[in-house]
Amino acid sequence: MSEPVLRVHELVTSFPAGRGRAAAVDGVSFQLAEGEVLALVGESGCGKSVTALSLLRLVPKPGRIESGSIRIAGREVLTLHVSELRSVRGKEAAMIFQEPMTSLSPVLTVGAQVAEALRLHEPMSAAQARRRSVALFEQVRIPDPDARFDSFPHQLSGGLKQRVMIAMALALKPRLLVADEPTTALDVTIQAQILELLRDLQRELGTAILLITHDLGVVNELADRIAVMYAGRLVEEGTRVQVLGEARHPYTQGLLRAVPSLGRRGERLAEIPGVVPRPSERPPGCRFATRCPVRLPRCASDPPGDTPLAPGHVARCHVVAQELAR
Amino acid sequence: MSAAAPLLRAEGLRVWFPIRKGLLQRTVGWVRAVDGIDLDVPAGRTLALVGESGCGKSTVGRSLLRLVEPREGRLWFEGVDLLGLDAPAMHVYRRAMQIVFQDPQGSLDPRMRVRDAIAEGMQSFGIGANEAERSERVAALLARVQLDPAQMWRYPHEFSGGQRQRICIARALAVEPRLLICDEATSALDVSIQAQILNLLRDLQAELGLAYLFITHDLGVVRYLADRVAVMYLGQIVEEGETERIFGDPRHPYTRGLLAAVPSVDPNRRGVRAHVRGDVPSPAHPPSGCRFHPRCPEVFERCPREEPRLYPVGGGVSRCFLSEPAESGGTR
Repeated sequence: MSEPVLRVHELVTSFPAGRGRAAAVDGVSFQLAEGEVLALVGESGCGKSVTALSLLRLVPKPGRIESGSIRIAGREVLTLHVSELRSVRGKEAAMIFQEPMTSLSPVLTVGAQVAEALRLHEPMSAAQARRRSVALFEQVRIPDPDARFDSFPHQLSGGLKQRVMIAMALALKPRLLVADEPTTALDVTIQAQILELLRDLQRELGTAILLITHDLGVVNELADRIAVMYAGRLVEEGTRVQVLGEARHPYTQGLLRAVPSLGRRGERLAEIPGVVPRPSERPPGCRFATRCPVRLPRCASDPPGDTPLAPGHVARCHVVAQELAR
Repeated sequence: MSAAAPLLRAEGLRVWFPIRKGLLQRTVGWVRAVDGIDLDVPAGRTLALVGESGCGKSTVGRSLLRLVEPREGRLWFEGVDLLGLDAPAMHVYRRAMQIVFQDPQGSLDPRMRVRDAIAEGMQSFGIGANEAERSERVAALLARVQLDPAQMWRYPHEFSGGQRQRICIARALAVEPRLLICDEATSALDVSIQAQILNLLRDLQAELGLAYLFITHDLGVVRYLADRVAVMYLGQIVEEGETERIFGDPRHPYTRGLLAAVPSVDPNRRGVRAHVRGDVPSPAHPPSGCRFHPRCPEVFERCPREEPRLYPVGGGVSRCFLSEPAESGGTR
């Protein structure tokens, strides 16, 4: 079997909390194969964005990667020298964020910024860089790409800015695209346009995508596989159909039932009682134990291991393990 | 719209914001945020006002409370013309209409204890004979929104986002309103917490007979809560009707585009479609004719030239020539 594009093993990333440090990401492992789309889903504070930032060593201080291994295209990212890291960023793996304005400079035209990214990694003339940039704008379906090359970010709508970000991320044909809530700030009609674009580009270019989002609908649109995160750990992983259609972990089931959908009316939404525990208040066993409707006595004290349910489908839950043993 | 007089009625409501320029701040144009809308909110029912950013839905909510002054139109609450009232008379009606915003962090004073934040409105409207009685009422309100009354002496930062939104709801309920305007009240919350708040709002309506104007961009939430839906686009209502009809048989191409764009969590239903092209134009320069025509998948010659009226469809209205009755006339 060929080396996966991304292999994360037992990743731990911590932030200061009180007098000590708390692990925002606490022993997370997953893989992403060539051309595959994996969605990392969870609610605010579950650690999904910190996981994404850890991949390219972009965790802001005082955050710190404590341990684990991150291999992108076979290279260990955590021990790379900073100069080598620069060649991994952009060329092997690129990232897009929820808010394009945080990654675009307001004082340069969007074209100049894309051209700069191109020339940083490959020597070419200004005219060449412009041609390549305009071609990229065309590829992400920016209307009137030649004129848009000379626009400043503030002159573009949110949807167009996100297209510019995607163009910039794809400029060096990376094998991995990390997309952190790429459509969350957009209106639903614009979101639909961006989802269509990402789906088509993924098919054309075969780029592997790690999609970070809280929105299960967006996940359903793009993902091949889904990993559900809660309080710093993965609780369930499987194919899109396994996780959305045959979820076994009580947290995943609760999340799915809490989504108000267009198709149903009348019946009460299922609630997940309580709130996510603060890092200092996490139970030593299963982290969902404080809110779980079906918890067993041992859930609060023993961390659950992986229970394989079907090829590719895994849940970390004592209750699921017990049901399966019967 | 219903025959019985509604709790709240807006007619021809217009809110324009001036665009000022230069040293003398001369007005050089107008942003037509709300440009002639009619709304009915019946007592004890829920009307959802939906639309995307910049469509003017939040401005509608604020103008109903006269937090921004409408430029034109009529506004009735239980038959009383609100726009004719002076400030002291309007104050009385502020008690009947309360608003809950998206961001509970920004709408609670961080230096005020929860008890005082909730009791402030009561005091202003003379509810409760003294402080002790008001504290008792605060305790009851907190219990009603499923918070621990013993926590009333804490500060807002000691609560989570969902709990803070419960505090805002308790504060609104403290003055016994008949209409609650919820402006994206659950949009900032995680889905498991949003479900708690939506269920709470539904229970409160059943118990207290409250009417809701639910302003949101989230169509799933609308389906869950609303009796009727009004869809807004660039300052106008483009479709209005009973919730079941809007979701089951949408008539306006914009409504159809919105619904087709919402991703489902059902693994057997995949593939949202971007029927609606391009971006929303600026409300300072709305397109000619039908305001939706530059993005409409069904646009034809007449659309850029003529402005469609609201035509009756299935117990509601649609602002599209395709909804025009064959034997013209008979529209409102």
